[in-house]
Amino acid sequence: MVDNHNVTTIQNRLSELAKLPKMKSNSSIMEVLNEHGFTRRDFMKWAGAMTALMALPASFAPMVAQAAELSDRLPVIWLHMAECTGCSESLLRSDTPTIDSLIFDYISLEYHETVMAASGWQAEENLEQAIEKYKGKYVLMVEGGIPDGDSAFYLTVGPKGTTGREHAIHASDNALAIFAIGTCSSFGGIQAAAPNPTNAQPLHKITNKPVINVPGCPPSEKNIVGNVLNFLLFGTLPALDVYNRPKWAYGLRIHDLCERRGRFDAGEFVQEFGDEGAKKGYCLYKVGCKGPYTFNNCSRERFNQHTSWPIQAGHGCIGCSEPDFWDQMGPFEVPLGDRLYNTVFDGLGADAISDKIGIGVLAITGVAVAAHALIATATKEKE
Amino acid sequence: MSGQRIVVDPITRIEGHLRVEVVVDENNVVKEAYSGSTLWRGIEVIVKGRDPRDAGFMTQRICGVCTFSHYRAGIEAVENALGIVPPLNAKLTRTLMNAALFLHDHPVHFYQLHALDFVDVVSALSADPKKASEEAFKYCDTPYACGADQLKLVQDKVKKFVEKGNLGPFANAYWGHSTYKFTPEQNLIALSHYLECLRLQRTIAQAMAVFGAKQPHPQSLTVGGVTCVMDLQSPARLGEYMVKFQEMADFVNRAYWPDLVMAAKAYANEPSVVNDVGTPNLLTYQDFQIGANEYLFDGGYILNCDISKVFEVDESKITEEATRSWYKNNSPLHPYDGDTTPNYTGFKDAKTLNAKGEMEDTKVFDIDGKYSWIKAPRYDSLPMQVGPLANIVVNYVKGNKNVVPVVDKFLAETGLPVSAVLSTLGRTACRMIEAKIIADNTLKALNNLIENLKIDDSTCAKYQIDPTKEYKGRFIGNVPRGMLSHWCRIKNGVIENWQAVVPSTWNASPKDAKGQMGSYEACLIGLKIADLKQPLEIIRKIHSYDPCIACAVHVMDTKGNELSSYKVNPNLI
Repeated sequence: MVDNHNVTTIQNRLSELAKLPKMKSNSSIMEVLNEHGFTRRDFMKWAGAMTALMALPASFAPMVAQAAELSDRLPVIWLHMAECTGCSESLLRSDTPTIDSLIFDYISLEYHETVMAASGWQAEENLEQAIEKYKGKYVLMVEGGIPDGDSAFYLTVGPKGTTGREHAIHASDNALAIFAIGTCSSFGGIQAAAPNPTNAQPLHKITNKPVINVPGCPPSEKNIVGNVLNFLLFGTLPALDVYNRPKWAYGLRIHDLCERRGRFDAGEFVQEFGDEGAKKGYCLYKVGCKGPYTFNNCSRERFNQHTSWPIQAGHGCIGCSEPDFWDQMGPFEVPLGDRLYNTVFDGLGADAISDKIGIGVLAITGVAVAAHALIATATKEKE
Repeated sequence: MSGQRIVVDPITRIEGHLRVEVVVDENNVVKEAYSGSTLWRGIEVIVKGRDPRDAGFMTQRICGVCTFSHYRAGIEAVENALGIVPPLNAKLTRTLMNAALFLHDHPVHFYQLHALDFVDVVSALSADPKKASEEAFKYCDTPYACGADQLKLVQDKVKKFVEKGNLGPFANAYWGHSTYKFTPEQNLIALSHYLECLRLQRTIAQAMAVFGAKQPHPQSLTVGGVTCVMDLQSPARLGEYMVKFQEMADFVNRAYWPDLVMAAKAYANEPSVVNDVGTPNLLTYQDFQIGANEYLFDGGYILNCDISKVFEVDESKITEEATRSWYKNNSPLHPYDGDTTPNYTGFKDAKTLNAKGEMEDTKVFDIDGKYSWIKAPRYDSLPMQVGPLANIVVNYVKGNKNVVPVVDKFLAETGLPVSAVLSTLGRTACRMIEAKIIADNTLKALNNLIENLKIDDSTCAKYQIDPTKEYKGRFIGNVPRGMLSHWCRIKNGVIENWQAVVPSTWNASPKDAKGQMGSYEACLIGLKIADLKQPLEIIRKIHSYDPCIACAVHVMDTKGNELSSYKVNPNLI
């Protein structure tokens, strides 16, 4: 049953959007799809899929479609900070046919250093003009951690040697909504791992404005697209967990929907990579899988058009969408079971629901997972 | 105007943060060139003190474009240190993933990153699609996506886009620049392939994910072997890889190859892309194992473009120094014995020419001091150029049977002499030639893997790390951007020291103590720039190296440096 209040809110939001002047004619997702020979029916199917993906009730599908039709009004600025370009690469791997190349069109990518044609002065000019022209109307996406304080100069961009930090603040101040794309801009990422030699910070510690975190190393591109739509629908931040991650994408643990969960419950574990259990698809907990402590939708969505994901490829999850995972989840091929009193994220990692914090709950879960692994193995060996 | 300084920052359509500055004389000819990175992340400092089995995952995050290269290097350096030989199944699986990386990286570099330096998108709008289709048949018997109807579709699509007046990522570029040489019809052919490549890059990324879990940042290598044993035992998965790989291989043969033949002919007399080899010393390393004892490419180096003599690589002669880099210790050191602390001295203030042709206050490199986060690797104290150009030329001179016929075919179709390969155009062509050789030979590795799987199902070698012992080891190989090496020491069961000497570090190197330039800088000297406000020629040259700056910047082990290092609780290992 859909909450009527929500429906009203969304419909109001959509009619507001519809009143905005079109940035360019004939370039909403629907229109672009038409140009590519997609029918209205295909489009509604896609909207339905996105609705399901965002865990919204099916009756929201028409509104998803409407939001997508209006989304050409969303100019996007994408900034590269201290990063590896993996998140930009991930964006190119969209899993709905042709939608990825359309992303560039319908979101009107105003600035993106990896793909834009202009360089140097001309690139800088594009950035300034976009911020000026679309003040308060553009979506900002930031990839990478941001060197801060005395180390801010560890990243400079542009002819004036402007620090990444200054760029990030300036672009954030004038944005309509801000997404931190990837674990680096969400939580600091690899460069912020101990000893953090460049004092790299997540975006939410640099700007005063609210930031939606879309972590993952890299995150799936679906999570990016879905979030833009979610923003369009609600006109506010999507429902977030304690780490400002959208619940629709990061609400469940890898462990909850893992294809090897039955093996875990049955106490069948890979003891070392390449053993007989590995050939039979046993649970990877004992070779370090961090699935029980990690909130993400990989087990449902997988990667590269559902081709595979780490656990299918026989390697445990490394917890890449969790804060400080480089320091908290390592060693990656060793189970966390014996870390009960030195828990991940001071007890924020493995609680049953990601927006509830409880060390007690975590400890119980941690003990339960580890004890289960131990007892189940012992029982198995007896059989 | 004499002594005019031009700043290009950011250089876009590359990985990472790169600034290039040149000084031109009154005829707009480049007299001095400086290339420097403006980002430092310090990943090697971060790897220190960690579980050696984790190093590969961390070095992988050096770069999301070379996403498999540093992962493999990080894992294999540790294997080398511990004396582990992975089973043949694991080695060949890594080769298949590597092949998928090359066939992603090279075409995407050419079409998405580099092509706009050769292809004038706006000019394509005035092409005659019928004539363009006829043109395409001149370079290939079965050209890819080049029927008149297809080309008209592409043209209409781009026309609509341009008419909207909002060019998005294509805005404010150098369209109409005098050094664009393609006819409108040729531009349209390339534009069609630009769009096809966007589609196919997804497919070839899936091919890597079949064994690698995901792309970017695959996750199926482990010290000792690979973890994707179930995928290897599934004929359906092997078939999935094969078909997806062939889709991209087909594009390489029917689009990428003919487009480079077309470009070589159109640009053969454009001064800004010929006779500019950059650093004339070419270095490469054996890699790409396709059978139990068979490699696709050999190693070696050539000095001063003298293609009569190839020398064998002696890894003890590799050093890095930091005279002009933002680190404290200037002396050249072998990667096992690095010693560096960041020492940022910043920019200077100066007026330089802006896009409007006015003098504007800017920050410029301190060209008498330090000016980059990239160090200066040297071989036997000489700068070297690495990459597809070095790899193909060295292998051609060595008479490598996989390489010679392909190079000869390209020279025959373009009518160019071998010497023409030693240029910016040649760098771009050799990248394609390398992609074609991989496209045509990778299924041998797949066949060898299948043959081996019939008799052997091992995927991981067993090993122990003895915490009382010290180990050192390295990976040296050849990845999409050239020769890559990772060097590590392990002590007390954890990483003691990590050092990566990366292709883009060799090529984008600043000057050294002797004033010897790296290849980016060297190839810009003597370049005449048509319009100082639109330095397209500089960007085209720099792009021909396929820069990967996140990779290029790194720091050595920091002996005696105050930075604390990450400690693994020994109870947890």
